Amino acid sequence: MTTVKELETYAQNTWCPGCGNFGILNSIKKVLADLTEEGLDLNKLVLASGIGCHAKIVDYIKVNSFYSIHGRVPPPITGIKLANPDLVVIGHAGDGDAYGEGIEHLIFSAKRNIDVTFIVHNNRVYGLTTGQFTPTSPAGFKGRSTPGGSPEEPLNPIELMLSSGATFVARGFSGKPKHLQFLMKAAVKHQGFAFIDVLQPCFTFFNTYDFYNKRVYELTDKAHDSSDREAAFTRAREWSYGEGERIPIGIFYQARRPTYDEKLLAGRIPVNLKPGNIKSILEKHI
Amino acid sequence: MKEISILIGGKAGDGIRQAGQTLSRLLNRNGYRIFFYDDYPSLIRGGHNFSIIRASKKKILAHKEKVDLIVALNQDAIEKHKHRLNSGGVILYDSKKVEAQGVGVDFMGLVKELEGAPIMRNTAAMGALAKVLNIEWPVLEKVMMDTIEKEVDLNIKIAQLAYNQVEKAWFSVPNLNQKMLPLVSGNEAIALGAVQAGLNMYIAYPMTPASAILHYLAEHEDDLGVVTIHPESEIGVALMALGAAYAGAKTMVGTSGGGFALMTEALSLSGQGEFPIVFVMVQRPGPSTGVPTYTMQGDLSFVINSGHGEFAKVVLAPGDAEEAFYLTGLAMNLAWKFQIPCFVLSDKHLSESIFSFDADPDKVKSEDPLLWDGQGEYKRYLDTQNGISPLAFPGNPAAMVKATSYEHDEYGITTEESDQIVRMQQKRLRKKKTMEDELSLHDQVKVYGDPESKTVLLCWGSTKGSCIEVAEELGLKVVQPLVLEPLPIKPLREVLSDADKIIDVEVNATGQLAKLLSAHGICIDDMILRFDGRPFTVDLLLEKVKEVLS
Repeated sequence: MTTVKELETYAQNTWCPGCGNFGILNSIKKVLADLTEEGLDLNKLVLASGIGCHAKIVDYIKVNSFYSIHGRVPPPITGIKLANPDLVVIGHAGDGDAYGEGIEHLIFSAKRNIDVTFIVHNNRVYGLTTGQFTPTSPAGFKGRSTPGGSPEEPLNPIELMLSSGATFVARGFSGKPKHLQFLMKAAVKHQGFAFIDVLQPCFTFFNTYDFYNKRVYELTDKAHDSSDREAAFTRAREWSYGEGERIPIGIFYQARRPTYDEKLLAGRIPVNLKPGNIKSILEKHI
Repeated sequence: MKEISILIGGKAGDGIRQAGQTLSRLLNRNGYRIFFYDDYPSLIRGGHNFSIIRASKKKILAHKEKVDLIVALNQDAIEKHKHRLNSGGVILYDSKKVEAQGVGVDFMGLVKELEGAPIMRNTAAMGALAKVLNIEWPVLEKVMMDTIEKEVDLNIKIAQLAYNQVEKAWFSVPNLNQKMLPLVSGNEAIALGAVQAGLNMYIAYPMTPASAILHYLAEHEDDLGVVTIHPESEIGVALMALGAAYAGAKTMVGTSGGGFALMTEALSLSGQGEFPIVFVMVQRPGPSTGVPTYTMQGDLSFVINSGHGEFAKVVLAPGDAEEAFYLTGLAMNLAWKFQIPCFVLSDKHLSESIFSFDADPDKVKSEDPLLWDGQGEYKRYLDTQNGISPLAFPGNPAAMVKATSYEHDEYGITTEESDQIVRMQQKRLRKKKTMEDELSLHDQVKVYGDPESKTVLLCWGSTKGSCIEVAEELGLKVVQPLVLEPLPIKPLREVLSDADKIIDVEVNATGQLAKLLSAHGICIDDMILRFDGRPFTVDLLLEKVKEVLS
């Protein structure tokens, strides 16, 4: 087993004090440490990230990692999983990353049901580029590119992922780490595309601590049947990333459906494949 | 006959390419060397398609404008091509659809008589054609049995009926008793070269004229031991490939100019993260959508300069199917040896033409990259003398593999320190020197024709075939660089040093190779450029070269 302490690297953490990313970093480290107790081999784990404040997370955790580029976390993690399906793959992305620049990849990951976990650090603002509106910023958001207020309505990623075919759709809050760890653990164990939208305040550019603390509530098994896709849509529409009184967090939907890697590879492991005999193929060309 | 050229023309949906391929096989089985050119517009039904099949006793890599025989399935095939007919040439035509002089056969009537499908008109044409060429019936029957997948018996009956309708043979293509060679397109050769060098995964989004690589590998996945994937976009393709390479799979992607434009972001990532990857770039006329199903050598400058930032890459430009096979194998091995992006720069003319293929498969081997020996602590970006850091892959019980798009230290953790930035950039660029030393062991520049001639036809890629024949006819020398990045300037200077006149021959509008060489102080005296989407044919280029020399 591995302890949380052993997962630390020498990289200096450069997030702002009070950043919501700390809640996510601590949670994922705790989950990874816990999972090693349950038999997860960390050498077979790959963590990936995009570009933005969230992405520094791969520098801070002592595991295999792929620090990708903006918007492009789903394609490399899909490639990694397909090349070697024995690996356990977790992608981290920001909201600008996942819902803006790379939204096509996210939709296709859900549609295919590739067996990876995808955690969005959704602070609803561009932090590293110093405060512009993102696809999930509320309408009227005054950012540096929209001083008069954002003219766009926010996207609801929970609804988007449900309609795209994701088989695990959840929302967490970085301010509720225990609950977030429960979601992360369930997501990593899920077979198929596991998506978590993590609400995360940006202390410097969009401080939403109080807003979320007043509104989030946990979905319980009693109140919500996560195998019911229609019920999941209804819950998803309870809050559309603007104003609102109640924000549900928890697992909206979970189902088992054959994964992309299972269907596409049918048992093959590409990194172990041996090339075929081209001479017999060439004979057919005569 | 030592040589014969046949044009088959009809509308899209008439099965022109298929008929051309059957004819190529027929002539191949009589020992002829084949070059097959396919000309088609970007549509599914209608329009005008034609194929030219040139068969010769000697090896050929190009076709001619002029033909000996036209097979016309529609009137366009006559109107658009009758000027191509050599004296003594013959037209074989569908007598109910086409007005012409020559050998008329009611192809559709024969198909109807045997209750075949309309597409089988091309089968009837094949039957009649075999007789016109005086090919023994069993040869055609065998080819049909080997190649037709659906309703073989019916097709054979239709062909036989048509064969017997033609009263006499007009040509003679007797068996030359030469070894029969596989008929392989440029795209197929690229696919096979990659497989031979250990390809595990081929990832591509459909784009003409590169799509056939995807189709071919997908069709033969199990036989070739390859996994093929068709993702959401070229951006997805290239990034997925880098992920696969990181995990240890030998991966190749293929596209044309517009698709490659979308991949350039991932190309730079492969430069920074040192991910081995092979890009197949099959050019077509641009800018933008351009002319999708025709040919151009217009992306040379784009490809060699592609990607933001400074990093090493290799660009190889094969000129025929055999070179496509060898150089794709080389690209894969270099990509992994140096952990860099390597390009196979093709074009529609090379990729979709079919060649008699006489490559030795055993000359391409899957070479092992430099793997970590497991000693000490693993550093993905270990700073070494030759710049190459040993590879390990996730799953290795002793290594933590951190790959990144950011500037980084040896472990792969982000850095913005000035000394680290300089150190890692120098490490990566040091690989370039190591790679150039390795490339110097390979054929980087080829010379054909009369090596003593002081007049040089300079060409690259698919223009090679026509240049060689013209040079042989006129006693000139041909110089063809196979490596375009890093430009093999020393061997180029050696073969060009005593030239009085260098004529640059390219299928583009600005002479991109000429510009490249000029930048290195090699002066080009004349340029022969074609940029209407069509390749240089032997006879057309001969005229142009004669004009320049006169």
